[in-house]
Amino acid sequence: MSDAAPALQLRSGKSAPQVTTEPRAARFALIGCVVALTGVLLFAPLAAVFAEALAQGWRASLEGLASPDAHAAIRLTLIVAAITVPLNALFGVAAAWAISKFDFRGKALLITLIDLPFSVSPVVAGLALVLLFGANSSLGAWLIAHDLKIVFAFPGIVLATLFVTFPFIARELIPVMMEQGRAEEEAALTLGASGWRVFRTVTLPNIRWALLYGVLLCNARAMGEFGAVAVISGKIRGETTTMPIMIEMLYNEYLSVAAFSLAAALALLALVTLGVKSLLEWRYADLLAATRRH
Amino acid sequence: MHIEIDEIAKEFGTARALHPVSLSIPSGALIALLGPSGSGKTTLLRILAGLEFPSSGRVLFDAREATGLSVQERRAGFVFQHYALFRHMTVFENVAYGLRARPRRARLPEAEIGRRVKRLLDLIQLPDIGARYPSQLSGGQRQRVALARALAIEPRMLLLDEPFGALDAKVRKELRQGLREIHDATGLTTVFVTHDQEEALALADLVVIMSMGRIEQVGRPTDIRARPASDFVRDFTAA
Repeated sequence: MSDAAPALQLRSGKSAPQVTTEPRAARFALIGCVVALTGVLLFAPLAAVFAEALAQGWRASLEGLASPDAHAAIRLTLIVAAITVPLNALFGVAAAWAISKFDFRGKALLITLIDLPFSVSPVVAGLALVLLFGANSSLGAWLIAHDLKIVFAFPGIVLATLFVTFPFIARELIPVMMEQGRAEEEAALTLGASGWRVFRTVTLPNIRWALLYGVLLCNARAMGEFGAVAVISGKIRGETTTMPIMIEMLYNEYLSVAAFSLAAALALLALVTLGVKSLLEWRYADLLAATRRH
Repeated sequence: MHIEIDEIAKEFGTARALHPVSLSIPSGALIALLGPSGSGKTTLLRILAGLEFPSSGRVLFDAREATGLSVQERRAGFVFQHYALFRHMTVFENVAYGLRARPRRARLPEAEIGRRVKRLLDLIQLPDIGARYPSQLSGGQRQRVALARALAIEPRMLLLDEPFGALDAKVRKELRQGLREIHDATGLTTVFVTHDQEEALALADLVVIMSMGRIEQVGRPTDIRARPASDFVRDFTAA
């Protein structure tokens, strides 16, 4: 191999195309398609939201965000995300760990169940929760009798968001953990480490990037979830309206600057999480490269 | 340490991986478990390490009952087939892992851990690679690091699963010699699994030939060559 390489290089020269390279025209056409699509589908809507929010200047859009209802919506959204993301990280890691490192009866069923929130429409999920915990069910009646409000209240919003965002972290982790197998964990056990220590020092560091990515996706969805929350929250202004619900209400009331300002704020929250991820990847680029598969 | 395997059997669901097998491994011996894939040799090795538990039968270490001992309690240095180095740790941290995993009262001061790791890296003749990550090592270097990591816990025995399987022929020969030297220097009872009859016969004091979950023959390399106990052994060792 090493003898043949220089000869090959001499013959093909420096600018010679690789075997995998397409003709020039095809390359430009494909790249053009991608640029146009990302422009129209991803960039343009985002730009439109910000443009609309700032249509009457900074002051107007900040005033839109300053109303007590908008504040309440922002606070509620952040609190819901702060509760659901850690919980789903915990559930996701536990589920992925069980599925990828152990064999047990009902494993296929568990994987299907994890996918359920992806396949069920969020509105249906919200309705299901209303049916389960609402005043017309016996469970709901019991809860109301004990002064525990779930439907049209904060706990319902958390439950709906938990349900909808459940698969994000588990789905991100399962393939990574499957591929890594059990050998490193077994090695740590033979070296005398306890189960918890193995998890902390071997399993968790090996999945940290997938976990981070899952957490970011889960967070974005937790803050942006509309359908399920719309059904179960009852849309009580200033009490159970999250940012997406509030945006829809403002928009329906023709308060477009306020609506788009809040929408821009929601988009910014998502962009911040993406920015954090990029920053971490850039900061730890060396470590990432070193710890990728052997 | 003397290892006694007494009528060990292992089933996975309905599949029989090991029929009851018995084997006595003298203290300080270098043993090869030799057989084709599916012969049960790796299962037997994992049972010794405590990574699998037998369906029936007993394991005795120095005449003491060890069947129920947990994998941590067995203190078996184990070298995995693809080495299973911790990919997110440096070589130094890989080798130090077993020392850091000790219970708090038995933990060594940092300086002593550093000294021990250095001594082990010297032993495997790779003194300068402590700061590197496993992905930056060659296959042969990884195998030796895995050996150093297993030796760091001052194991009572050394178990190796296809330790030379993933290496090219030249490196194989060198590392074979390396394992022999480390075995002779430490005096550890050593069991390695291989499907390569030439390797088993060249390296081991005692060769255990397995097939379909049964032990076909146990003997010194010269005996096995001179007096194969069955047609299977004759065919397999002649191949």
